[in-house]
Amino acid sequence: MTIFPLPLTELLGQQGSYFVYLLIGMAFGATLETAGFGNSKKLAAQFYFKDLTVFKVMFTAIIVAMTLIFLSSAFGLLDYNLVWVPPTYLWPGIVGGLIMGVGFIVGGFCPGTSLVGAVTGKIDAVFFVLGVLFGIFLFGETVSSFAVFFESSFMGRFTLPELFGVDYGVVVLGVLAMALFCFWGAEKIEAAIGGESAQKAPRLAVPGAAFLVALGVVTLLAGQPTNADRWNMIEAEQSVLLEQRAVQIEPAELLGLVHDTLIRAVMIDVRDERHYNLFHIHDARLVPMERLVETAEQLMQEPPNTVFVVMSNDEARATEAWKVLKAESLPNVYILEGGVNNWIRTYGEETFLRDRYVMNRADDTPAYRFELAIGSRHPAAEPGSHDEDEFEPKVKLEQKRAPTSGGCG
Amino acid sequence: MAERARPYMNPYVAGTILGIVLFLAFFITGTGLGASGGLNRALVYAQNIISPEHIDQVPYLLKMAGGSTNPLDNWIVYLTAGTLLGGFLSGLYGRRVKVETNKGPGIGNGTRWVLAFIGGGLMGYGARLARGCTSGQALSGGAVLSVGSWAFMFAVFAGAYALAYFLRKVWN
Repeated sequence: MTIFPLPLTELLGQQGSYFVYLLIGMAFGATLETAGFGNSKKLAAQFYFKDLTVFKVMFTAIIVAMTLIFLSSAFGLLDYNLVWVPPTYLWPGIVGGLIMGVGFIVGGFCPGTSLVGAVTGKIDAVFFVLGVLFGIFLFGETVSSFAVFFESSFMGRFTLPELFGVDYGVVVLGVLAMALFCFWGAEKIEAAIGGESAQKAPRLAVPGAAFLVALGVVTLLAGQPTNADRWNMIEAEQSVLLEQRAVQIEPAELLGLVHDTLIRAVMIDVRDERHYNLFHIHDARLVPMERLVETAEQLMQEPPNTVFVVMSNDEARATEAWKVLKAESLPNVYILEGGVNNWIRTYGEETFLRDRYVMNRADDTPAYRFELAIGSRHPAAEPGSHDEDEFEPKVKLEQKRAPTSGGCG
Repeated sequence: MAERARPYMNPYVAGTILGIVLFLAFFITGTGLGASGGLNRALVYAQNIISPEHIDQVPYLLKMAGGSTNPLDNWIVYLTAGTLLGGFLSGLYGRRVKVETNKGPGIGNGTRWVLAFIGGGLMGYGARLARGCTSGQALSGGAVLSVGSWAFMFAVFAGAYALAYFLRKVWN
Protein backbone atom coordinates (compact mmCIF):
# COMPACT_ATOMS: atom_id res chain seq x y z
CA MET A 1 0.00 0.00 0.00
CA THR A 2 1.24 3.47 -0.76
CA ILE A 3 2.58 5.02 2.41
CA PHE A 4 2.53 8.68 1.42
CA PRO A 5 0.99 11.10 2.22
CA LEU A 6 1.36 10.12 5.87
CA PRO A 7 -1.63 10.00 8.21
CA LEU A 8 0.02 12.73 10.29
CA THR A 9 -2.61 13.21 12.97
CA GLU A 10 -2.77 9.46 13.55
CA LEU A 11 1.02 9.15 13.78
CA LEU A 12 1.95 12.25 15.72
CA GLY A 13 -1.26 13.55 17.22
CA GLN A 14 -2.67 16.99 16.57
CA GLN A 15 0.26 18.87 18.13
CA GLY A 16 2.85 16.75 16.39
CA SER A 17 1.25 17.29 13.00
CA TYR A 18 1.17 21.05 13.61
CA PHE A 19 4.89 20.90 14.35
CA VAL A 20 5.50 19.31 10.94
CA TYR A 21 3.56 22.14 9.28
CA LEU A 22 5.63 24.64 11.24
CA LEU A 23 8.84 23.10 9.87
CA ILE A 24 7.50 23.10 6.30
CA GLY A 25 6.48 26.74 6.75
CA MET A 26 9.98 27.62 7.95
CA ALA A 27 11.54 26.04 4.89
CA PHE A 28 9.03 27.92 2.73
CA GLY A 29 9.73 31.29 4.39
CA ALA A 30 13.49 30.83 4.29
CA THR A 31 13.43 29.96 0.59
CA LEU A 32 11.26 32.96 -0.31
CA GLU A 33 13.59 35.23 1.64
CA THR A 34 16.84 33.95 0.11
CA ALA A 35 15.31 34.26 -3.36
CA GLY A 36 14.87 37.97 -2.70
CA PHE A 37 11.10 37.93 -2.39
CA GLY A 38 11.17 40.13 0.70
CA ASN A 39 12.11 43.04 -1.54
CA SER A 40 9.20 44.67 -3.37
CA LYS A 41 11.43 46.35 -5.96
CA LYS A 42 12.78 42.99 -7.04
CA LEU A 43 9.25 41.60 -7.26
CA ALA A 44 7.87 44.52 -9.25
CA ALA A 45 10.81 44.51 -11.66
CA GLN A 46 9.26 41.32 -13.05
CA PHE A 47 6.57 43.38 -14.72
CA TYR A 48 9.01 45.71 -16.44
CA PHE A 49 10.99 42.81 -17.92
CA LYS A 50 14.13 43.90 -16.08
CA ASP A 51 14.47 41.08 -13.62
CA LEU A 52 12.38 37.98 -14.18
CA THR A 53 13.24 36.38 -10.81
CA VAL A 54 9.60 35.95 -9.80
CA PHE A 55 8.77 34.05 -12.94
CA LYS A 56 11.93 31.94 -12.80
CA VAL A 57 11.63 30.95 -9.15
CA MET A 58 7.93 30.21 -9.42
CA PHE A 59 8.11 28.11 -12.55
CA THR A 60 11.23 26.27 -11.47
CA ALA A 61 9.44 25.40 -8.23
CA ILE A 62 6.31 24.29 -10.08
CA ILE A 63 8.11 22.03 -12.55
CA VAL A 64 10.39 20.48 -9.92
CA ALA A 65 7.49 19.75 -7.57
CA MET A 66 5.23 18.57 -10.41
CA THR A 67 7.82 16.15 -11.80
CA LEU A 68 8.60 14.68 -8.37
CA ILE A 69 4.89 14.34 -7.50
CA PHE A 70 3.95 12.45 -10.64
CA LEU A 71 7.16 10.42 -10.65
CA SER A 72 6.55 9.19 -7.10
CA SER A 73 2.90 8.57 -7.96
CA ALA A 74 3.90 6.51 -11.02
CA PHE A 75 6.00 4.26 -8.79
CA GLY A 76 3.28 3.86 -6.20
CA LEU A 77 5.07 5.85 -3.47
CA LEU A 78 2.60 8.71 -3.32
CA ASP A 79 -1.17 8.36 -3.54
CA TYR A 80 -2.28 11.14 -5.89
CA ASN A 81 -5.92 10.58 -4.91
CA LEU A 82 -5.05 11.68 -1.39
CA VAL A 83 -3.21 14.78 -2.58
CA TRP A 84 -5.17 18.01 -2.28
CA VAL A 85 -5.89 19.43 -5.72
CA PRO A 86 -7.52 22.88 -5.45
CA PRO A 87 -11.02 22.48 -6.89
CA THR A 88 -11.72 24.55 -9.96
CA TYR A 89 -14.14 27.46 -9.68
CA LEU A 90 -13.16 28.88 -13.04
CA TRP A 91 -14.60 32.41 -13.15
CA PRO A 92 -14.19 33.40 -9.50
CA GLY A 93 -10.58 32.18 -9.89
CA ILE A 94 -9.95 34.25 -13.00
CA VAL A 95 -11.57 37.42 -11.65
CA GLY A 96 -9.80 36.98 -8.31
CA GLY A 97 -6.54 36.42 -10.20
CA LEU A 98 -6.96 39.64 -12.19
CA ILE A 99 -7.66 41.62 -9.02
CA MET A 100 -4.59 40.06 -7.43
CA GLY A 101 -2.46 40.91 -10.45
CA VAL A 102 -3.48 44.54 -10.07
CA GLY A 103 -2.77 44.34 -6.35
CA PHE A 104 0.63 42.87 -7.11
CA ILE A 105 1.77 45.74 -9.31
CA VAL A 106 0.21 48.41 -7.07
CA GLY A 107 1.45 46.98 -3.79
CA GLY A 108 4.59 45.16 -4.86
CA PHE A 109 4.02 41.91 -2.97
CA CYS A 110 1.84 38.86 -2.81
CA PRO A 111 0.59 37.57 0.57
CA GLY A 112 3.41 35.02 1.09
CA THR A 113 6.22 37.36 0.09
CA SER A 114 4.83 40.25 2.15
CA LEU A 115 5.14 38.06 5.24
CA VAL A 116 8.88 37.53 4.74
CA GLY A 117 9.22 41.21 3.79
CA ALA A 118 7.51 42.30 7.00
CA VAL A 119 9.63 40.12 9.31
CA THR A 120 12.82 41.36 7.67
CA GLY A 121 11.94 44.96 8.49
CA LYS A 122 10.44 46.24 5.24
CA ILE A 123 7.93 48.91 6.24
CA ASP A 124 6.17 48.78 2.88
CA ALA A 125 5.58 45.05 3.49
CA VAL A 126 4.05 45.79 6.88
CA PHE A 127 1.58 48.18 5.22
CA PHE A 128 0.90 45.55 2.58
CA VAL A 129 0.12 42.89 5.21
CA LEU A 130 -2.26 45.33 6.91
CA GLY A 131 -3.87 45.91 3.52
CA VAL A 132 -4.25 42.15 2.97
CA LEU A 133 -5.97 41.80 6.33
CA PHE A 134 -8.29 44.68 5.44
CA GLY A 135 -9.06 43.10 2.05
CA ILE A 136 -9.84 39.76 3.65
CA PHE A 137 -12.05 41.52 6.19
CA LEU A 138 -13.88 43.33 3.40
CA PHE A 139 -14.38 40.07 1.53
CA GLY A 140 -15.89 38.36 4.56
CA GLU A 141 -18.35 41.23 4.89
CA THR A 142 -19.34 41.43 1.23
CA VAL A 143 -19.22 37.86 -0.07
CA SER A 144 -22.88 37.20 0.75
CA SER A 145 -23.92 39.88 -1.77
CA PHE A 146 -22.42 37.90 -4.66
CA ALA A 147 -22.56 34.36 -3.26
CA VAL A 148 -23.97 33.03 -6.54
CA PHE A 149 -20.93 34.19 -8.49
CA PHE A 150 -18.57 32.99 -5.76
CA GLU A 151 -19.96 29.46 -6.06
CA SER A 152 -20.29 29.50 -9.86
CA SER A 153 -18.48 27.50 -12.57
CA PHE A 154 -17.56 24.77 -10.10
CA MET A 155 -15.81 21.88 -11.80
CA GLY A 156 -14.54 19.97 -8.78
CA ARG A 157 -11.17 18.28 -8.84
CA PHE A 158 -10.34 18.93 -12.46
CA THR A 159 -6.82 18.48 -13.84
CA LEU A 160 -5.11 19.49 -17.06
CA PRO A 161 -4.67 15.85 -18.23
CA GLU A 162 -8.44 15.38 -17.81
CA LEU A 163 -9.06 18.60 -19.74
CA PHE A 164 -6.87 17.54 -22.66
CA GLY A 165 -7.71 13.85 -22.40
CA VAL A 166 -4.09 12.72 -22.30
CA ASP A 167 -1.82 10.89 -19.83
CA TYR A 168 -0.37 12.72 -16.87
CA GLY A 169 3.12 12.01 -18.22
CA VAL A 170 2.31 13.85 -21.44
CA VAL A 171 1.21 16.98 -19.58
CA VAL A 172 4.26 16.77 -17.29
CA LEU A 173 6.55 16.72 -20.33
CA GLY A 174 4.53 19.45 -22.03
CA VAL A 175 4.76 21.76 -19.02
CA LEU A 176 8.49 21.03 -18.73
CA ALA A 177 9.04 21.90 -22.38
CA MET A 178 7.01 25.10 -22.07
CA ALA A 179 8.82 26.21 -18.89
CA LEU A 180 12.28 25.53 -20.30
CA PHE A 181 11.44 27.45 -23.45
CA CYS A 182 10.21 30.37 -21.33
CA PHE A 183 13.39 30.30 -19.21
CA TRP A 184 15.44 30.54 -22.37
CA GLY A 185 13.30 33.47 -23.48
CA ALA A 186 13.53 35.09 -20.04
CA GLU A 187 17.34 35.06 -20.20
CA LYS A 188 17.24 36.74 -23.62
CA ILE A 189 14.81 39.41 -22.43
CA GLU A 190 16.79 40.14 -19.28
CA ALA A 191 20.00 40.44 -21.26
CA ALA A 192 18.32 42.85 -23.69
CA ILE A 193 16.42 45.05 -21.21
CA GLY A 194 17.88 44.52 -17.75
CA GLY A 195 21.51 44.59 -18.79
CA GLU A 196 23.88 43.85 -15.95
CA SER A 197 21.27 43.63 -13.23
CA ALA A 198 20.29 40.16 -14.36
CA GLN A 199 21.89 37.22 -12.63
CA LYS A 200 23.58 34.62 -14.78
CA ALA A 201 22.12 31.14 -14.96
CA PRO A 202 24.16 28.70 -12.88
CA ARG A 203 26.52 26.33 -14.63
CA LEU A 204 24.34 23.39 -13.65
CA ALA A 205 21.26 24.85 -15.36
CA VAL A 206 21.51 22.83 -18.55
CA PRO A 207 22.36 19.46 -16.94
CA GLY A 208 19.72 20.18 -14.31
CA ALA A 209 17.07 20.81 -16.96
CA ALA A 210 18.15 17.66 -18.83
CA PHE A 211 17.84 15.63 -15.62
CA LEU A 212 14.34 16.99 -15.00
CA VAL A 213 13.27 16.13 -18.54
CA ALA A 214 14.71 12.63 -18.08
CA LEU A 215 12.59 12.21 -14.95
CA GLY A 216 9.60 13.45 -16.95
CA VAL A 217 10.24 10.81 -19.60
CA VAL A 218 10.47 8.10 -16.92
CA THR A 219 7.15 9.38 -15.49
CA LEU A 220 5.53 9.12 -18.92
CA LEU A 221 6.92 5.64 -19.64
CA ALA A 222 6.00 4.27 -16.19
CA GLY A 223 2.48 5.71 -16.45
CA GLN A 224 0.19 6.54 -13.56
CA PRO A 225 -1.21 3.50 -11.74
CA THR A 226 -4.58 2.29 -13.06
CA ASN A 227 -7.34 1.14 -10.77
CA ALA A 228 -6.17 -2.48 -11.24
CA ASP A 229 -2.58 -1.51 -10.33
CA ARG A 230 -3.82 0.31 -7.29
CA TRP A 231 -5.81 -2.77 -6.19
CA ASN A 232 -2.74 -4.99 -6.62
CA MET A 233 -0.83 -2.73 -4.24
CA ILE A 234 -3.38 -3.18 -1.45
CA GLU A 235 -4.71 -6.66 -2.27
CA ALA A 236 -2.70 -8.55 0.37
CA GLU A 237 -4.09 -6.63 3.34
CA GLN A 238 -7.55 -5.91 1.95
CA SER A 239 -8.52 -9.41 0.80
CA VAL A 240 -8.02 -10.59 4.39
CA LEU A 241 -10.82 -8.22 5.43
CA LEU A 242 -13.05 -9.69 2.75
CA GLU A 243 -12.33 -13.26 3.88
CA GLN A 244 -12.86 -12.43 7.55
CA ARG A 245 -16.11 -10.75 6.51
CA ALA A 246 -15.04 -7.64 8.38
CA VAL A 247 -16.51 -5.26 5.81
CA GLN A 248 -19.82 -6.96 5.05
CA ILE A 249 -22.44 -5.23 7.19
CA GLU A 250 -25.84 -6.68 8.00
CA PRO A 251 -29.01 -4.93 6.76
CA ALA A 252 -29.79 -3.95 10.35
CA GLU A 253 -26.50 -2.12 10.66
CA LEU A 254 -27.12 -0.27 7.39
CA LEU A 255 -30.59 0.71 8.54
CA GLY A 256 -29.05 1.96 11.77
CA LEU A 257 -26.60 4.10 9.78
CA VAL A 258 -29.40 5.51 7.62
CA HIS A 259 -31.29 6.60 10.73
CA ASP A 260 -28.16 7.86 12.54
CA THR A 261 -28.22 11.65 12.41
CA LEU A 262 -24.47 11.91 13.02
CA ILE A 263 -23.53 9.70 10.07
CA ARG A 264 -24.03 10.23 6.37
CA ALA A 265 -24.80 6.88 4.79
CA VAL A 266 -24.22 6.92 1.02
CA MET A 267 -25.65 3.80 -0.62
CA ILE A 268 -24.21 2.79 -3.96
CA ASP A 269 -26.27 0.34 -5.97
CA VAL A 270 -24.20 -1.31 -8.70
CA ARG A 271 -26.87 -3.61 -10.16
CA ASP A 272 -28.25 -3.41 -13.69
CA GLU A 273 -30.58 -0.50 -14.22
CA ARG A 274 -33.61 -2.76 -14.78
CA HIS A 275 -33.13 -4.38 -11.38
CA TYR A 276 -32.70 -0.97 -9.80
CA ASN A 277 -35.93 0.23 -11.40
CA LEU A 278 -37.85 -2.77 -10.10
CA PHE A 279 -36.71 -2.22 -6.53
CA HIS A 280 -34.05 -0.29 -4.68
CA ILE A 281 -33.46 0.93 -1.16
CA HIS A 282 -34.69 4.47 -0.63
CA ASP A 283 -31.89 7.00 -1.37
CA ALA A 284 -29.58 4.38 -2.93
CA ARG A 285 -27.71 5.76 -5.96
CA LEU A 286 -27.48 3.76 -9.14
CA VAL A 287 -23.85 3.65 -10.27
CA PRO A 288 -22.88 1.37 -13.17
CA MET A 289 -19.61 -0.54 -12.63
CA GLU A 290 -17.86 1.24 -15.51
CA ARG A 291 -18.53 4.63 -13.93
CA LEU A 292 -17.28 3.72 -10.46
CA VAL A 293 -13.80 5.18 -10.80
CA GLU A 294 -15.02 8.63 -11.83
CA THR A 295 -17.77 8.49 -9.20
CA ALA A 296 -15.13 7.68 -6.58
CA GLU A 297 -13.44 10.97 -7.40
CA GLN A 298 -16.62 12.86 -6.46
CA LEU A 299 -17.24 10.70 -3.43
CA MET A 300 -13.78 11.65 -2.09
CA GLN A 301 -15.21 15.14 -1.52
CA GLU A 302 -17.88 13.91 0.89
CA PRO A 303 -17.46 15.01 4.52
CA PRO A 304 -15.44 12.77 6.88
CA ASN A 305 -18.50 11.35 8.67
CA THR A 306 -19.65 9.57 5.51
CA VAL A 307 -19.98 5.78 5.27
CA PHE A 308 -20.25 4.26 1.80
CA VAL A 309 -22.18 1.02 1.38
CA VAL A 310 -22.11 -0.82 -1.94
CA MET A 311 -24.72 -3.38 -2.87
CA SER A 312 -25.70 -5.77 -5.64
CA ASN A 313 -28.38 -8.50 -5.72
CA ASP A 314 -26.19 -10.86 -3.72
CA GLU A 315 -22.56 -10.00 -3.08
CA ALA A 316 -20.40 -10.88 -6.09
CA ARG A 317 -20.65 -7.62 -8.02
CA ALA A 318 -20.73 -5.51 -4.86
CA THR A 319 -17.44 -7.13 -3.81
CA GLU A 320 -15.87 -6.16 -7.14
CA ALA A 321 -17.19 -2.63 -6.70
CA TRP A 322 -15.79 -2.53 -3.17
CA LYS A 323 -12.35 -3.42 -4.55
CA VAL A 324 -12.55 -0.62 -7.10
CA LEU A 325 -13.51 1.97 -4.49
CA LYS A 326 -10.91 0.75 -1.99
CA ALA A 327 -8.26 0.92 -4.71
CA GLU A 328 -9.24 4.56 -5.29
CA SER A 329 -8.46 5.19 -1.57
CA LEU A 330 -12.06 6.03 -0.67
CA PRO A 331 -12.36 5.78 3.14
CA ASN A 332 -15.12 3.91 5.03
CA VAL A 333 -16.44 1.61 2.30
CA TYR A 334 -18.59 -1.41 3.23
CA ILE A 335 -20.62 -4.09 1.46
CA LEU A 336 -24.26 -4.85 2.22
CA GLU A 337 -24.19 -8.44 3.44
CA GLY A 338 -26.30 -10.68 1.23
CA GLY A 339 -27.07 -7.68 -0.97
CA VAL A 340 -30.49 -6.33 -1.86
CA ASN A 341 -31.92 -9.86 -1.69
CA ASN A 342 -30.97 -10.13 1.96
CA TRP A 343 -32.41 -6.65 2.59
CA ILE A 344 -35.78 -7.67 1.14
CA ARG A 345 -35.63 -10.92 3.11
CA THR A 346 -35.08 -8.89 6.29
CA TYR A 347 -37.62 -6.12 5.76
CA GLY A 348 -40.18 -7.60 3.32
CA GLU A 349 -43.61 -8.89 4.36
CA GLU A 350 -44.00 -12.62 4.89
CA THR A 351 -46.60 -13.13 2.15
CA PHE A 352 -44.51 -11.21 -0.36
CA LEU A 353 -41.41 -13.23 0.51
CA ARG A 354 -43.32 -16.51 0.16
CA ASP A 355 -45.19 -15.71 -3.07
CA ARG A 356 -42.44 -13.95 -4.99
CA TYR A 357 -39.46 -16.13 -4.20
CA VAL A 358 -37.49 -17.18 -7.29
CA MET A 359 -36.30 -20.79 -7.23
CA ASN A 360 -33.14 -22.00 -8.98
CA ARG A 361 -31.69 -18.63 -9.83
CA ALA A 362 -28.11 -17.80 -10.82
CA ASP A 363 -25.77 -16.06 -8.38
CA ASP A 364 -26.20 -12.30 -7.96
CA THR A 365 -29.63 -12.17 -9.62
CA PRO A 366 -32.85 -10.98 -7.92
CA ALA A 367 -34.29 -13.51 -5.46
CA TYR A 368 -37.74 -11.92 -5.53
CA ARG A 369 -40.01 -11.16 -8.45
CA PHE A 370 -41.41 -7.65 -8.90
CA GLU A 371 -44.17 -7.23 -11.44
CA LEU A 372 -43.91 -3.47 -11.73
CA ALA A 373 -40.92 -1.15 -11.70
CA ILE A 374 -41.79 0.51 -8.42
CA GLY A 375 -38.26 1.52 -7.43
CA SER A 376 -38.24 2.70 -3.85
CA ARG A 377 -42.03 2.89 -3.48
CA HIS A 378 -42.09 -0.61 -2.01
CA PRO A 379 -42.58 -0.75 1.78
CA ALA A 380 -39.32 -2.68 2.21
CA ALA A 381 -37.40 0.16 0.53
CA GLU A 382 -37.79 2.51 3.45
CA PRO A 383 -38.33 0.73 6.74
CA GLY A 384 -38.57 2.85 9.89
CA SER A 385 -35.85 2.48 12.48
CA HIS A 386 -35.65 -0.94 14.09
CA ASP A 387 -33.65 -0.17 17.20
CA GLU A 388 -34.35 -3.54 18.72
CA ASP A 389 -32.66 -5.47 15.89
CA GLU A 390 -29.42 -7.10 16.87
CA PHE A 391 -26.37 -7.17 14.65
CA GLU A 392 -22.63 -7.48 14.89
CA PRO A 393 -21.33 -3.90 14.43
CA LYS A 394 -18.51 -3.62 11.91
CA VAL A 395 -18.42 0.01 10.79
CA LYS A 396 -15.48 1.88 12.26
CA LEU A 397 -14.99 5.42 11.01
CA GLU A 398 -11.44 5.97 9.87
CA GLN A 399 -9.89 9.40 9.70
CA LYS A 400 -9.08 10.90 6.36
CA ARG A 401 -5.36 10.85 5.75
CA ALA A 402 -5.00 14.14 3.97
CA PRO A 403 -6.39 17.56 4.84
CA THR A 404 -9.64 18.40 3.13
CA SER A 405 -8.75 22.00 2.46
CA GLY A 406 -5.96 23.74 0.67
CA GLY A 407 -3.33 26.17 1.83
CA CYS A 408 -5.64 29.10 1.65
CA GLY A 409 -8.75 27.63 3.28
CA MET B 1 25.07 47.18 9.70
CA ALA B 2 28.80 46.70 9.49
CA GLU B 3 28.92 43.82 7.08
CA ARG B 4 27.22 43.94 3.72
CA ALA B 5 24.17 41.82 3.03
CA ARG B 6 24.79 38.52 1.30
CA PRO B 7 23.50 38.40 -2.27
CA TYR B 8 20.21 36.71 -3.06
CA MET B 9 20.31 33.15 -4.24
CA ASN B 10 20.23 32.39 -7.95
CA PRO B 11 16.56 32.18 -9.01
CA TYR B 12 16.88 28.70 -10.55
CA VAL B 13 18.60 27.34 -7.44
CA ALA B 14 16.03 29.01 -5.18
CA GLY B 15 13.25 27.69 -7.41
CA THR B 16 14.62 24.16 -7.23
CA ILE B 17 14.79 24.30 -3.43
CA LEU B 18 11.29 25.79 -3.27
CA GLY B 19 10.10 23.01 -5.58
CA ILE B 20 11.58 20.36 -3.30
CA VAL B 21 9.97 22.01 -0.26
CA LEU B 22 6.64 22.06 -2.10
CA PHE B 23 7.04 18.43 -3.14
CA LEU B 24 7.87 17.38 0.44
CA ALA B 25 4.81 19.25 1.69
CA PHE B 26 2.61 17.26 -0.71
CA PHE B 27 4.51 14.02 -0.16
CA ILE B 28 4.37 14.10 3.63
CA THR B 29 1.10 15.88 4.35
CA GLY B 30 -0.91 15.61 1.14
CA THR B 31 -1.34 19.34 0.86
CA GLY B 32 0.65 22.22 -0.57
CA LEU B 33 1.75 25.60 0.72
CA GLY B 34 -0.26 28.71 1.44
CA ALA B 35 -0.15 32.07 3.10
CA SER B 36 -3.43 33.94 2.87
CA GLY B 37 -5.30 31.23 4.77
CA GLY B 38 -3.17 31.79 7.85
CA LEU B 39 -3.71 35.56 7.71
CA ASN B 40 -7.41 34.99 7.19
CA ARG B 41 -7.71 32.88 10.32
CA ALA B 42 -5.65 35.29 12.40
CA LEU B 43 -8.04 38.04 11.33
CA VAL B 44 -11.13 35.98 12.07
CA TYR B 45 -9.65 35.18 15.49
CA ALA B 46 -9.42 38.91 16.24
CA GLN B 47 -12.92 39.54 14.89
CA ASN B 48 -14.24 36.74 17.06
CA ILE B 49 -12.84 38.42 20.18
CA ILE B 50 -14.31 41.80 19.28
CA SER B 51 -17.69 40.69 18.05
CA PRO B 52 -18.53 36.96 18.31
CA GLU B 53 -22.23 37.63 17.50
CA HIS B 54 -21.24 39.05 14.16
CA ILE B 55 -19.22 35.92 13.27
CA ASP B 56 -22.20 33.74 14.05
CA GLN B 57 -24.31 35.64 11.52
CA VAL B 58 -22.00 35.56 8.50
CA PRO B 59 -21.94 32.11 6.88
CA TYR B 60 -18.47 32.60 5.42
CA LEU B 61 -16.99 33.37 8.85
CA LEU B 62 -19.17 30.84 10.63
CA LYS B 63 -17.27 27.96 9.05
CA MET B 64 -14.02 29.07 10.66
CA ALA B 65 -15.09 30.47 14.00
CA GLY B 66 -18.78 29.75 14.62
CA GLY B 67 -19.74 28.87 18.18
CA SER B 68 -16.81 27.37 20.04
CA THR B 69 -14.68 26.65 16.95
CA ASN B 70 -11.22 28.12 17.32
CA PRO B 71 -10.10 29.59 13.98
CA LEU B 72 -6.45 29.11 14.96
CA ASP B 73 -6.85 25.37 15.44
CA ASN B 74 -5.81 24.62 11.87
CA TRP B 75 -2.62 23.45 10.19
CA ILE B 76 -2.43 26.50 7.90
CA VAL B 77 -1.93 28.77 10.91
CA TYR B 78 1.21 26.83 11.86
CA LEU B 79 2.45 26.88 8.29
CA THR B 80 2.11 30.67 8.25
CA ALA B 81 3.84 31.00 11.64
CA GLY B 82 6.66 28.88 10.20
CA THR B 83 6.87 31.11 7.13
CA LEU B 84 7.38 34.16 9.33
CA LEU B 85 9.99 32.42 11.47
CA GLY B 86 11.84 30.92 8.51
CA GLY B 87 11.86 34.24 6.66
CA PHE B 88 13.25 36.02 9.70
CA LEU B 89 16.01 33.47 10.35
CA SER B 90 17.00 33.49 6.70
CA GLY B 91 17.06 37.29 6.75
CA LEU B 92 19.30 37.25 9.83
CA TYR B 93 21.66 34.78 8.22
CA GLY B 94 21.80 36.83 5.02
CA ARG B 95 22.23 40.07 7.02
CA ARG B 96 19.21 41.46 5.23
CA VAL B 97 17.08 42.32 8.26
CA LYS B 98 16.91 46.07 8.02
CA VAL B 99 14.16 48.59 8.66
CA GLU B 100 13.62 50.26 5.31
CA THR B 101 11.07 51.06 2.64
CA ASN B 102 11.69 49.71 -0.83
CA LYS B 103 10.28 51.94 -3.54
CA GLY B 104 10.91 53.48 -6.90
CA PRO B 105 12.98 56.70 -6.91
CA GLY B 106 10.08 58.87 -8.11
CA ILE B 107 7.82 58.59 -5.06
CA GLY B 108 8.05 59.32 -1.36
CA ASN B 109 7.70 56.89 1.55
CA GLY B 110 4.16 58.03 2.30
CA THR B 111 2.96 57.34 -1.25
CA ARG B 112 4.66 53.95 -1.21
CA TRP B 113 2.95 53.00 2.05
CA VAL B 114 -0.48 54.06 0.82
CA LEU B 115 0.00 52.11 -2.41
CA ALA B 116 1.24 49.08 -0.45
CA PHE B 117 -1.90 49.20 1.68
CA ILE B 118 -4.19 49.52 -1.35
CA GLY B 119 -2.34 46.77 -3.22
CA GLY B 120 -2.52 44.56 -0.16
CA GLY B 121 -6.24 45.20 0.10
CA LEU B 122 -6.76 44.16 -3.53
CA MET B 123 -4.56 41.11 -2.97
CA GLY B 124 -6.45 40.06 0.13
CA TYR B 125 -9.83 40.53 -1.52
CA GLY B 126 -8.78 38.77 -4.72
CA ALA B 127 -7.17 35.91 -2.83
CA ARG B 128 -10.38 35.11 -1.00
CA LEU B 129 -12.41 35.38 -4.19
CA ALA B 130 -10.01 33.05 -6.03
CA ARG B 131 -9.86 30.74 -2.99
CA GLY B 132 -6.13 31.03 -2.77
CA CYS B 133 -3.14 33.23 -3.19
CA THR B 134 -0.02 32.96 -5.27
CA SER B 135 1.32 30.19 -3.01
CA GLY B 136 -1.85 28.21 -2.44
CA GLN B 137 -3.35 28.40 -5.91
CA ALA B 138 -0.62 29.18 -8.43
CA LEU B 139 2.29 27.34 -6.85
CA SER B 140 0.59 24.39 -5.16
CA GLY B 141 -2.33 23.99 -7.55
CA GLY B 142 -0.03 24.49 -10.53
CA ALA B 143 2.26 21.68 -9.42
CA VAL B 144 -0.63 19.20 -9.10
CA LEU B 145 -2.00 20.36 -12.49
CA SER B 146 -5.33 21.81 -11.37
CA VAL B 147 -7.11 23.50 -14.29
CA GLY B 148 -8.45 26.33 -12.13
CA SER B 149 -5.01 27.04 -10.69
CA TRP B 150 -3.45 27.42 -14.13
CA ALA B 151 -6.24 29.74 -15.29
CA PHE B 152 -5.75 31.72 -12.09
CA MET B 153 -1.98 31.97 -12.64
CA PHE B 154 -2.39 33.43 -16.12
CA ALA B 155 -4.98 35.86 -14.77
CA VAL B 156 -2.56 37.16 -12.12
CA PHE B 157 0.19 37.79 -14.65
CA ALA B 158 -2.32 39.31 -17.07
CA GLY B 159 -3.67 41.68 -14.43
CA ALA B 160 -0.21 42.80 -13.38
CA TYR B 161 1.16 43.27 -16.87
CA ALA B 162 -1.99 45.09 -18.01
CA LEU B 163 -1.50 47.72 -15.34
CA ALA B 164 2.30 47.79 -15.20
CA TYR B 165 2.60 50.50 -17.86
CA PHE B 166 0.43 52.95 -15.94
CA LEU B 167 2.43 52.46 -12.78
CA ARG B 168 5.87 52.70 -14.34
CA LYS B 169 6.55 56.00 -12.55
CA VAL B 170 5.98 54.28 -9.22
CA TRP B 171 8.61 51.61 -9.73
CA ASN B 172 11.18 53.09 -12.09
